[in-house]
Amino acid sequence: MEINRRKFLILTTSIAAMTSSGEPSATSSPGAYDVHAHWWGMTIDIDKCIGCGNCVRACAVENSVPEGFYRTWIERYEVPPGEDATPVVASPDGGIHGFPPMQGADAKRFFVPKLCNQCAMSPCVQVCPVGATFVSPDGVVLVDEKYCLGCRYCVQACPYGCRYIHPVKKTVDKCTLCYHRITQGLTTACCEACPTGARQLADLKNPSDPVHEFLRNNKIQVLKPQMATRSKTFYRALDGAVR
Amino acid sequence: MSSRLKDAAHLIPLVLVVLAGVAVFLLFRQVLVPKTFGQYGHYRAAALDDIRVRPVSFAGQATCAMCHDEVATTRSKGKHRGVSCEACHGPLAKHADDPAAMKPKKLAGTGLCQGCHKADKAKPAYFPQVVPAEHSGGAECLSCHQPHSPQMQ
Repeated sequence: MEINRRKFLILTTSIAAMTSSGEPSATSSPGAYDVHAHWWGMTIDIDKCIGCGNCVRACAVENSVPEGFYRTWIERYEVPPGEDATPVVASPDGGIHGFPPMQGADAKRFFVPKLCNQCAMSPCVQVCPVGATFVSPDGVVLVDEKYCLGCRYCVQACPYGCRYIHPVKKTVDKCTLCYHRITQGLTTACCEACPTGARQLADLKNPSDPVHEFLRNNKIQVLKPQMATRSKTFYRALDGAVR
Repeated sequence: MSSRLKDAAHLIPLVLVVLAGVAVFLLFRQVLVPKTFGQYGHYRAAALDDIRVRPVSFAGQATCAMCHDEVATTRSKGKHRGVSCEACHGPLAKHADDPAAMKPKKLAGTGLCQGCHKADKAKPAYFPQVVPAEHSGGAECLSCHQPHSPQMQ
């Protein structure tokens, strides 16, 4: 059933794209995905992340991310005791091969997976001079590769460092929250591959999505709240040392 | 009245030039701006469709369970119930589309297990982790544990 549905959706969308290129009919084929019925985000539970790197590898495969660039990555924080202590942050190859084990109980240590925060008030969208990057009606920050000039304004504007220039395409590239997957009922590649469930795709417009319970029952923080980006990547158990 | 019109006569060519300019601008705009630009906002709505048709690599847990229901049942009763098939077996959408076209590789075991379960002070304390040499004296994980339901009976 699932496979049929998946194939069906891929087929219908590709046919729609082929037959209606140029027509104002984006995502309006009958029975298809309704862009106005969703509002996507993600939840990340720091207490569940084991730094295995599965998400980084899955993302690289799913989205053909060029080597040395990351749409998602893991940072390992090591916070020494003392109020003036500077946290040591490591992210060897974005954590794609995992992390070398650490010993000793002399510091607070934890992993922080990062990705595009899918901001509702995104600085990257505000600076784009040509309308190549935008927040979709369902809340995903996307890039129109055919429109992108590669001017890098958005790369500098992103407070979270989530964008890069694709070395071959020379256009900007970033996490799409696996838009090609979530619009056909699948979860993102990183969530699919995460063995501990630290990452969860969230549809904030779906009243039965577990995200509402998660947000209600936990102490939640977003990255850099002072930037007022209205980030939709919600962290549980986020330490104050994380920037 | 007619003298006033005569006074303004020199403006008529100017107005015509401006109108022609506007007409050319509108024509170019009509041709150059994509039809779906502005449908949802200041961007090309058709870009959403372009992004949606990208190929999928991970088939998803529900798809795996459709055929491999026996393993899925074993897994759902064990400690690895939250771990999706493709978390260990890798992306297998090609296999799901046509099982004959692509056979999943046999997994290595020990090295893969250690990717998650090797002791590391940066991992959350509750997470089951071992120092392999102390835990098993370097023996293969799979010689004692079943990967789909790893707790020993």
